Amino acid sequence: MSNSFLSFSSVTKKITMAIAGLFLIVFLMVHLGINLFILPIHDEHKEWFAAAAHFMGTNWVVKIFEIVLMAAIVIHILMGILLQIHNWMARGTRYKVAPKSKTSFMSRYIIWTGAVILLFLAVHFYNFYFIKLGIVEAPAAANIPHPQEEYFYEIAVYLFTNEMIFNILYLVSFVFLGIHLNHGFQSAFQTLGLNHKKYTPFIKGFGKVYSIVIPLGYMIIPLYFMIFG
Amino acid sequence: MKIKLQIWRQKSPKDKGQFKTYTLEDVSPEMSFLEMLDALNEKLITTGEDEPVAFEHDCREGICGCCSLYINGRPHGPAEKTTTCELHMRSFKDGSTIVIEPFRAKSFPVMRDLIVDRNAFDKIMQAGGFINIDAGSALDANTHLIKKEYADEAFNSAICIGCGACVAACKNASAMLFVSAKVSQYALLEQGKVEGKERVESMVAKMDELGFGNCTNTYACEVECPKGISVENIARLNREFINAKLS
Ligand code: HEM
Ligand code: SF4
Ligand code: FES
Repeated sequence: MSNSFLSFSSVTKKITMAIAGLFLIVFLMVHLGINLFILPIHDEHKEWFAAAAHFMGTNWVVKIFEIVLMAAIVIHILMGILLQIHNWMARGTRYKVAPKSKTSFMSRYIIWTGAVILLFLAVHFYNFYFIKLGIVEAPAAANIPHPQEEYFYEIAVYLFTNEMIFNILYLVSFVFLGIHLNHGFQSAFQTLGLNHKKYTPFIKGFGKVYSIVIPLGYMIIPLYFMIFG
Repeated sequence: MKIKLQIWRQKSPKDKGQFKTYTLEDVSPEMSFLEMLDALNEKLITTGEDEPVAFEHDCREGICGCCSLYINGRPHGPAEKTTTCELHMRSFKDGSTIVIEPFRAKSFPVMRDLIVDRNAFDKIMQAGGFINIDAGSALDANTHLIKKEYADEAFNSAICIGCGACVAACKNASAMLFVSAKVSQYALLEQGKVEGKERVESMVAKMDELGFGNCTNTYACEVECPKGISVENIARLNREFINAKLS
């Protein structure tokens, strides 16, 4: 096992996580850009959404990125869990008085915000990605003919309007994603050694904005269906 | 001042250890924290109440890195950029309870009471915290031209006293602030660049081997470091590390 990721040095693990994390950050923007077409923002929003879904499902460049994306998710989660277990062990005996040092809770609870995202990902894969791969059946109640271009639009609308629990999990998860990225965004740059007197304040600021705007963008969609659906 | 103390007592590395409570009257606010502990020990010895509390100290002027102590949830206590030896009792309220614990990390085993074994830091230094070129005797000034900015930054990294507060404060018991300060103090100067790549790799490998945690950029280390070592050093270490791996 000498070449396995188990024997990666602590810094190598962090660097791999950071690269994977940044890839996921870019992906989140693309995914949101497509998702927003679920909303009636244009007369042909359904067709546009279907076209985007079709493109994402067939284009070979996208297919390659899909593999990279899956690898990034697996690597990020695996390294994160490994790192965390090691970190818990490194303390040894716990303190009687809980640490009073001023640090951001966003960073202290990174593993728990990550855990919520993981739960969301499991549900998300079950509802969408695994259906796409044909591993699981679409919910019969949704009564959606499969396969067809509007399929993902229909299932999203079906879930957002009929499954309150799905909506709540969705909303909560994106709040947690925001918290995860509020720390994670700048953390990735620090881990990659990209630190600069002039640019670091900008990266930190941009990270804060990103961690609010992107999750909010995702949250607008279920909120729309909860209110107007 | 009247002070109540809850102190970790542990006879030997193998002993289970426990907290014991002591009270101390007539504490002067002008006393340093270690003078207060001296007073406690004097009381324990003269009254025969208990064995004196073992704690580490040497210079008592904030330069040697011997003193430690996790005081009320913070390494080196409540004052900013202050070692325990330079902390004064005026930082505490009359009648308050002070909980004193040893620095906790798997890589810093407790030897007795509040004394921990910080040899792990020396082992990390032995792995790469040196230069091999013969520096000779003191040179005339300005024989090596170094940009003022780099000289200042190297100095700011070199003032790390190796106390271990960064490890004690970190939720992951990571030694990255210490190691990055040591890597930086060499990386910024020409003499240190010669072995730059080997240094960062072997110091990181040693740090991992000794069981310190992984940095998750929580920055508690920077908050608690008595010398104000910046986490920019950690970014520099990461950069040096990537550089070493890629070239
Ligand atoms: C879309 C999903 C996710 C994104 C975009 C994301 C992004 C990030 C980023 C950018 C970092 C900073 C990387 C670094 O400094 O090395 C990070 C750190 C981390 N993430 Fe995630 N992450 C996601 C999901 C998860 C999941 C599912 C878990 C775990 C179950 C997780 C656990 C962690 C941990 C433990 C850290 C390291 C702590 C740190 O650097 O502060 N993440 N994440
Ligand atoms: S970096 Fe600061 S806290 Fe850590 S050992 Fe050096 S002086 Fe102590
Ligand atoms: S005793 Fe030397 S630094 Fe505190």
